[in-house]
Amino acid sequence: MGKKKRSVGELNASSMADIAFLLLVFFLVTTSMSTDKGLARRLPPPVPKDKIDDTEIEMNKRNVLQILVNSNNDLMVNGEVLEVSKLKEKAKEFILNPSNSEELPEKEVGSFGSFGNVMYTKKHVISLQNDRGTQYQAYLDVQNALVAAYDEIRDDFSMQKRGKKFAELSEEEQKEVQKIFPQKISEAEPKNYGGN
Amino acid sequence: MAKFRKDGGRALPGLSTSSLPDIVFMLLFFFMTATSMKEVTYKVNINLPSATQLTKLEKKSLVKYVYIGQPKKEWVKYVGTESCIQLDDEFVKDADKVQSYIIDKRAAMNEDDQGQMVVSMKVDKDTKMGIVTDVKQALRNANALKINYTALGK
Repeated sequence: MGKKKRSVGELNASSMADIAFLLLVFFLVTTSMSTDKGLARRLPPPVPKDKIDDTEIEMNKRNVLQILVNSNNDLMVNGEVLEVSKLKEKAKEFILNPSNSEELPEKEVGSFGSFGNVMYTKKHVISLQNDRGTQYQAYLDVQNALVAAYDEIRDDFSMQKRGKKFAELSEEEQKEVQKIFPQKISEAEPKNYGGN
Repeated sequence: MAKFRKDGGRALPGLSTSSLPDIVFMLLFFFMTATSMKEVTYKVNINLPSATQLTKLEKKSLVKYVYIGQPKKEWVKYVGTESCIQLDDEFVKDADKVQSYIIDKRAAMNEDDQGQMVVSMKVDKDTKMGIVTDVKQALRNANALKINYTALGK
């Protein structure tokens, strides 16, 4: 009696693989691998309705880089037709004004924390206006070029002052650099010129 | 001398599959952590534009999506072929609806997170800027100023 040693019946795990596969396939189907990436921008705050007036703020012409994009996706920068590929260099030149040109934004000296006194173009504004018929890709190309210009300027500046790229600076230093080169891209209301 | 047995009648030992579930579970957990759920089913065709200066969208819970593009084939008979705005699972005709949608979404968020809300615009690259501008204007009015134009790297 009881001499026969009974082995505990082994759990049949052969269907475990099926279950796991099922779950795996479910997750493969419902999820997406790619994390979203995109061009981060900030919109200007809304204008209170009662404050809309037509008095345009007087801007010195040299401080404004006017970019127009028409419905054929052509670019006009300060009255000249320009290729999108050349916009970045143009914008960099405009923001930095390296030659202290009379045509480009006026430079001022400001004091920025650990960076000390820096000459920068405080009043520069990049004005971007597009047509309602402009293609989205063309618009994004322009935005991309402008952001690239700012990024490169910040990187160059950080390299020159600290020997590091902008992203590697400390948070405070990054804030200072952002203050020196703030992204001043103003987007005017689009007009419907140049047809559809 | 090595022994070579040549008794061919031996049965092939069964392949042990007991570790298969472990392997598959490992894969499963990898995919569960490395991927994210699809937000919605697209009702519009979106070919993302390309750009170089991309930043990652950090916290998914802070991101709200607006989709703009031409309706997919099966929806053309309902809404036509003009570019449409899709919010969650619905088409929206009027860009002003975006404003109330965003305000509602923000109100549903945790109070601490409300200020950090990012609106991700997934727009087809061939869309005309008119509709995009209308949406941007609506976002401005809703005070959702942080936006992100979703794009693919070059």
